[in-house]
Amino acid sequence: MTKGKKLLAYVFLTVVSLLSVFPLYWMMVAATNKSVAVSRGTLMFGTELINNTKKLFASQNVYGAMGNSFKYSIVMTLVSLFICSIAGYGFEIFHDKAKDRVMSIILLAMMVPFAAIMIPLYQMFSKADLLNSTLGFILPSISTPFLIMMFRQSARSFPVDIMEAARLDGLNEFQIFCLMFVPTMRSTYAAAMTITFMNAWNSYLWPKVIMSDASSITMPMMVANLKSGYVTDYGTLMLAVLLCTIPTVIVFFLLQKSFAEGITGAVK
Amino acid sequence: MDNSKRKLSLGQKQSLAGWAFLTPAVLFIAVMSFLPMIQALFLSFKSGAGANLSWTGVTNYVRMFQDPVFMQALKNNFIYLIIQVPIMLILALILASLLNNKDLRFKGLFRTAIFLPCATSLVSYAVIFRSLFAVDGLVNTVLIKLGFLSTGYNFLGHPNSARIVIILALIWRWTGYNMVFYLSGLQNIEYSIYESAKIDGASPIQSFWGITVPLLKPTILLTAIMSTNGTLQLFDESVNLTYGGPSNATITMSHYIYNVSFKYVPNFGYAAAMSYLILFLVAVLAFLQMKVGDKRD
Repeated sequence: MTKGKKLLAYVFLTVVSLLSVFPLYWMMVAATNKSVAVSRGTLMFGTELINNTKKLFASQNVYGAMGNSFKYSIVMTLVSLFICSIAGYGFEIFHDKAKDRVMSIILLAMMVPFAAIMIPLYQMFSKADLLNSTLGFILPSISTPFLIMMFRQSARSFPVDIMEAARLDGLNEFQIFCLMFVPTMRSTYAAAMTITFMNAWNSYLWPKVIMSDASSITMPMMVANLKSGYVTDYGTLMLAVLLCTIPTVIVFFLLQKSFAEGITGAVK
Repeated sequence: MDNSKRKLSLGQKQSLAGWAFLTPAVLFIAVMSFLPMIQALFLSFKSGAGANLSWTGVTNYVRMFQDPVFMQALKNNFIYLIIQVPIMLILALILASLLNNKDLRFKGLFRTAIFLPCATSLVSYAVIFRSLFAVDGLVNTVLIKLGFLSTGYNFLGHPNSARIVIILALIWRWTGYNMVFYLSGLQNIEYSIYESAKIDGASPIQSFWGITVPLLKPTILLTAIMSTNGTLQLFDESVNLTYGGPSNATITMSHYIYNVSFKYVPNFGYAAAMSYLILFLVAVLAFLQMKVGDKRD
């Protein structure tokens, strides 16, 4: 690369990076300012954070929504990772014609649009009395073809010789999975965890359908409820957006490195 | 004799263990995706308000093509698809191939910054963009200060500008996501290919079209199918960025289906029929993309 082209590349990357980060920076700025100052176009951090916090917590059940979001997302991540990783392992390690055929049928589920199954699911769940419950939140996306495929792909690199040795040592198949597969697939688990947690935390359509009680709502639902009304208080609104964003950003930064490795394994 | 019998039963035992491992996941997908899919198909041939449904044949399917709001929604989904997906994927490809360059520094920083939008929830970024483009929002304030406008322009109050805001927001949210897939795909390409191409006198643009694009084809196909699927199912942005407005001008199919199911007098049958059109479009477009993807081999 010549110097000029290199400079051009840096300029381009810098502009795109700034554009990517700016709306999030602005969100933080707005969360610390009065609504009037935000409308006036301020780009400096203000001193209204505490006031905005007081206003937000007085008008909305933030603890409730935050608690619900954490509860739903953590349960979803744990259960989903277990079910999908053990399935991906089963599909790859014990693969035969029948299992491969089942896998290709399962992949079709990736194409099913959520809007199409939302109504029958809603009817099913209201009959089973699962509305406004954690179980109701997690069941529809507890097992996803994407995660199964990811674990199936990474199980391909799992050494079969070790399994034979473990069997001779008297470990059963489930013990081999728990004691040998899980620890060696850390980066895949980290990537799957990032994706599942973010999807669960950010999901909006399904909770909007089944969480009719005010006490069961999630953070994204709370944010969406806040913006209705004619006068928008930008300070408190952006504070709510910020609170809704922090957990996923933290998860992302904690697992960033393994996330990239895990995705690489899945794309191969 | 005895030995072979034991081996066979051991193999069967392992096959059974395999089935036991994958059964829970398969059952969940069957009950939570395929079963409701079949129920929705039956539902789509029924009509009526709430729980009082009766068989009406293909009425719902005829009705949706005469429903101006649904036709507008269908058109909107395709506008978003045709304009936003190509821009986003090309931008993601360019960014990924720049960040794959060994001569550049600060790559980790750039990558993190560009991926960061993906960590925000769809509702959050929709609300952020709504606020940025509001009449008293930052974009208008800046445009007024720079002298381009004398009063705030109602970006979300006009169909075309509202659609452009949705497209900008989508590009902002998803470019980094696709870039990560391309970066992963690029790691499988030997970097020495680029170096020998350079020695042979290929320009970076020639290497991009001659090496990166052909070798990344499977990944490009994957991202194209995922983005098409996602765009046809757009919901959060329509609901929270423009409220589908002005007067349904930017509404998406999923948003309209939600309204028909849960906001207006519920008509589950009609909603199910419309959702089947989405399924049909997703399937046809995925099939076409795979065909096109194969052809160029």
